[in-house]
Amino acid sequence: MKQIQLNQVSKRFGVFEVIPPLDLEIEEGEFVVFVGPSGCGKSTLLRLIAGLEDVSGGQILINGEDTTTIPPANRGLAMVFQSYALYPHMSVRNNIAFPLRMAGLAKEEQNRRVEEAAKVLNLTDYLDRRPGQLSGGQRQRVAIGRAIVREPTAFLFDEPLSNLDAALRVGMRLEISELHKRLATTMIYVTHDQVEAMTMADKIVVLQAGFIEQVGSPLELYHNPRNTFVAGFIGSPRMNLLTGKQAENKGAHTIGIRPEHISISPKKGDWQGIVGVSEHLGSDTFLHVTSPDFDETLTVRASGEVELAYGDKVYLTPDLTHLHKFDDKGLRIK
Amino acid sequence: MATQHSRSIARLMIAPATILLLGWMLVPLTMTLYFSFRKYLPLRGGDLGWVGFDNYVRFISSSSFWPAVATTLIIVGGVLFITVVIGILLALLLDQPLWGQGVVRILVIAPFFVMPTVSGLVWKNMFMDPVNGFFAHMWRAFGAEPIQWLSQASLPSLVMIVSWQWLPFATLILLTAIQSLDSEQLEAAEMDGAKPLRRFWHIILPHLARAITVVVLIQTIFLLSIFAEIFVTTAGAFGTKTLTYLIFQRVLESQNVGLGSAGGVYAIILANIVAIFLMRIVGKNLDK
Ligand SMILES: Nc1ncnc2c1ncn2[C@@H]1O[C@H](COP(=O)(O)OP(=O)(O)OP(=O)(O)O)[C@@H](O)[C@H]1O
Ligand SMILES: [Mg+2]
Repeated sequence: MKQIQLNQVSKRFGVFEVIPPLDLEIEEGEFVVFVGPSGCGKSTLLRLIAGLEDVSGGQILINGEDTTTIPPANRGLAMVFQSYALYPHMSVRNNIAFPLRMAGLAKEEQNRRVEEAAKVLNLTDYLDRRPGQLSGGQRQRVAIGRAIVREPTAFLFDEPLSNLDAALRVGMRLEISELHKRLATTMIYVTHDQVEAMTMADKIVVLQAGFIEQVGSPLELYHNPRNTFVAGFIGSPRMNLLTGKQAENKGAHTIGIRPEHISISPKKGDWQGIVGVSEHLGSDTFLHVTSPDFDETLTVRASGEVELAYGDKVYLTPDLTHLHKFDDKGLRIK
Repeated sequence: MATQHSRSIARLMIAPATILLLGWMLVPLTMTLYFSFRKYLPLRGGDLGWVGFDNYVRFISSSSFWPAVATTLIIVGGVLFITVVIGILLALLLDQPLWGQGVVRILVIAPFFVMPTVSGLVWKNMFMDPVNGFFAHMWRAFGAEPIQWLSQASLPSLVMIVSWQWLPFATLILLTAIQSLDSEQLEAAEMDGAKPLRRFWHIILPHLARAITVVVLIQTIFLLSIFAEIFVTTAGAFGTKTLTYLIFQRVLESQNVGLGSAGGVYAIILANIVAIFLMRIVGKNLDK
């Protein structure tokens, strides 16, 4: 069932059109990630859905009902903000209970729901503290707690992990995915980190300058990027997008090949190259190779123990089944 | 300021300022204390020697003493209440994106630059004058009998004048506090289902607690000693004699320096009582 539906939704700030009319459908229980470079309109789109921003045109349907002009509180959505937006003068308990208090729930019911959320989020020991006395990860969990007690139709997350350090981010990422599996509630998650997008999403929406470049499952986007933007944006390290004679030989303006789909050999191969900087990650090594065949530098993945040094001459062979071809407009050639 | 060395240097460096401030405070205080124990009538014999606690007893047993204390507290309390409440409302208003915001802000701040004497005279002659004042014209326009502001409603009039002067200060501090509120908190509250009034009560007001404390403490210090506004409007008549004004009358009108000094000591005590009281009620906000 389509739970959230955007029909020709657009947004202008003054004369500046941030989001040109777009259509989007989100199924019930889906984990949807909006991803795109900074300033592409991810937050704006999320805020339009939340109702914190008025649409300049179009229609937003939630559960089949037109909610375009309904105030945010009545849309049944809960939002987790990038800055957590906790209420600093209230205890964790009161923070989590706030939406219930505003809804006028009975005190016992409030307490029951708060305790329950606290148990799920490992916050039981912190209920009487102020947000200022918590770590970043705990604050994030309080913000999530405040969202889940409302039992919303859908959760909206705006870059919830961007204020956390790398290790904590990985942990919280898992917790949120876990929570999604458990609650089976629709979640819309905004990030500019494509790793988060790939690991968490059921469906990724790639945005650029307000346009939806592609919608699909992580693997769909990984295997069949619709254009060079998506190809370069999804996957880490990014896909090699190469132009020049070798590309034309393959009948394309641009060819794309991921670092993991190139084999490297000191003796023979399709393309020649000179090893530049290599990055050792332990399990893998990423080699930056310059090739006389291309203007661009290639990134190549090799196993952890390669014995190639700076300046070595090598040969590269692309795995042709994973070669992507794009025309001069950047669109995929079938 | 971590090491022993840097700490002692720091002490040495701030010593001149501390000594200056100490002298600044101690010299007048000791002189006041000294004169309060002497019979000193500059025009009627000069310093007539030691009288013990005579001045203190006379000052406190005078029929004007307790009314003066009450008047002082009413004016301070009234002005604090009005400036804080209207200050919050104005700050909320000025925080909205409205047309001509810059000009409006300057207009709001303007009264703060008017000297107390001038504003007292302007209010007395241009607004509250029972014959030609603006209010009198307004009352008459509605067919009502003009109020004799400064005699019939002397205290409210004074509270009004002083509030007008201090409103910009309160508004300015409260406005900066409101502007420092994270807008995402308000949006979160909105999504959580809080209507505007409850957003104000549960989010904005607690956020303002600290700023309100600052406004109350600073204003109290200055309001306890208002003088010019009373001097140029009622000259202490119609029950507008504050403790400060009473002391002025004792020293300059009755030419009794000893009695006035004793009053000064009472004023210090009153200020301290008020300060302790305020600190206990609102000072807690500053710890957070
Ligand atoms: N209130 C506003 N007034 C005018 N322009 C705005 C406003 N809010 C956002 N914009 C513009 O809209 C565009 C999209 O902003 P948005 O915040 O949605 O980006 P984003 O994709 O969330 O970026 P980031 O990853 O940096 O958060 C930006 O170019 C921004 O300058
Ligand atoms: Mg954003």
